[in-house]
Amino acid sequence: MPARRSGRARNVFSKRVEALSPSGIRRFFDLLLEMEGVISLGVGEPDFATPWHISEAAIDKIGKGYTMYTSNRGMLELRQELARHLNSRYGLEYKPESELLITAGVSEGLDLAMRTIIRPRDEVISPEPTYVSYSSCVILSGGIFVPVPTAVENSFKVKASDVEERITRRTKVILIGYPNNPTGAVMERSDLEELAEVAEKHDLIVVSDEIYDRLVYGVKHTCFASLPGMKKRTILLGGFSKSYAMTGWRVGYAAGPDDVIEAMTKIHQYTMLCAPIMGQIAAIEALKSGDAAAREMVADYDRRRRVMVKGLNSIGLTCFEPKGAFYAFPSVGVTGMSSQDFAEDLLVEERVAVVPGSAFGHSGEGYVRCCYATALEEIREALDRMGGFVKRHRA
Amino acid sequence: MNREVLKVLEEDARATAGQIATMTGLSARQVRKTVEEAENERVIVKYKTLINWEKLGEERVYALIEVKTHPQKDVGFDDIAERIYRFPEANSVYLVSGAYDLAVFVVAKTEQEVGNFVSQKLASLDSVEGTVTHFFLKRYKDSGEILVGEEKVPREPLTL
Repeated sequence: MPARRSGRARNVFSKRVEALSPSGIRRFFDLLLEMEGVISLGVGEPDFATPWHISEAAIDKIGKGYTMYTSNRGMLELRQELARHLNSRYGLEYKPESELLITAGVSEGLDLAMRTIIRPRDEVISPEPTYVSYSSCVILSGGIFVPVPTAVENSFKVKASDVEERITRRTKVILIGYPNNPTGAVMERSDLEELAEVAEKHDLIVVSDEIYDRLVYGVKHTCFASLPGMKKRTILLGGFSKSYAMTGWRVGYAAGPDDVIEAMTKIHQYTMLCAPIMGQIAAIEALKSGDAAAREMVADYDRRRRVMVKGLNSIGLTCFEPKGAFYAFPSVGVTGMSSQDFAEDLLVEERVAVVPGSAFGHSGEGYVRCCYATALEEIREALDRMGGFVKRHRA
Repeated sequence: MNREVLKVLEEDARATAGQIATMTGLSARQVRKTVEEAENERVIVKYKTLINWEKLGEERVYALIEVKTHPQKDVGFDDIAERIYRFPEANSVYLVSGAYDLAVFVVAKTEQEVGNFVSQKLASLDSVEGTVTHFFLKRYKDSGEILVGEEKVPREPLTL
């Protein structure tokens, strides 16, 4: 590496990585690490351990020596189970041999999808506030991220007309993630149908991140690929992390047309080889052993959700009712503070960690994300502390 | 009767009507009504606290006693079960399938107490054919709660 006099190599970093802004969440967690007694509503992760029957199945297989690579596409048994699962839940028919790819979580699936379909300066339209990885993955693959602001007035759902307004001749993809991180918004079937019409009319690919598909409360999740005519233009991304509390196993999947999956597999095989076998074995057990564990967790999240939303509203942080994922996204407007200031001062003064909405794009400004996958006592204590904070800082 | 209310109470008997109302989406009045009804009909039998006495070094002896007996005409095992469960020493009593008939759980201060109960009360009952007593050596888990060496797994900082 040719070094300059400063001791620093010239042009060390690629343009693409330079174009990425550091995650606003990351900075927060660094700060948080140095503090004690913090209640974190920050991390978007189940506070449950993986259901024991799933862990136990994996431990058993590891003991027997299942510790090697698998097929690049993932274990055939897992793909078969997954095909059955997607069929019974959403009536979808994916061929295990050619239309499914097991990935190291949706994170990898998203990266693969973008790198597979984006050409330089292709535009990707995506609702905002949005999960922090979306814009980064688009930028890393050379595309241009085109956010569509969503607002609380429309329950943070994206309007098809707002998407259509932003379509140019460079637009190639609509990237959606519902149930939504960070807002907890869900899209009803009719909302998605309108979006499907736009995709059809302008011949766009839809990448649908449905990692939270099981975490819905009092509503039914509609899988985008299951809408008439959409399977052929949809890359469905899903996984096990959230529904089965399996975040650390790193296992997810992509489902789509065989040529797209084939192309994604090319990148996957050169960069990841395969998803970890332990995760795949655990996923097989999760799919085979039925829903009871997942349903129980969802029922538990639902109770916490109600406590969180009611609590936030009662202390003056107005919050629309999130019907999916495990986030509440209240407005901090009553304090007149920016979401960044609110989150930082709340952490310092009350030792409660939330994530500033601005980390999820401009339209997240004025809001904070509170994850309620946290023990009930902690949620109650956090709400108490936040109540005191709001009282002191009311504008 | 609203089962959601009961599920919350089964996990936390101290949950207030207001808290349960928030968690279930019912009104506090509906919750109180459900609880009252459940108490009256003995659907809610009792509110208890699970205490880890071992942590205090408190001497407690737990035993499972297998009781072999034979069913009686018309009443089956119910009669003999009642003769047994009326004893305060019998903490739980179940009719079970398999090699014996009644499983009797006993909590006592000393092994001697358990021994006395078995030899003087149980074994002397006419219809009891035999007993086998198992003393518990260690309580790992009780009522769904793990009581030994639970370590809290810390979350690592992560962007997402």
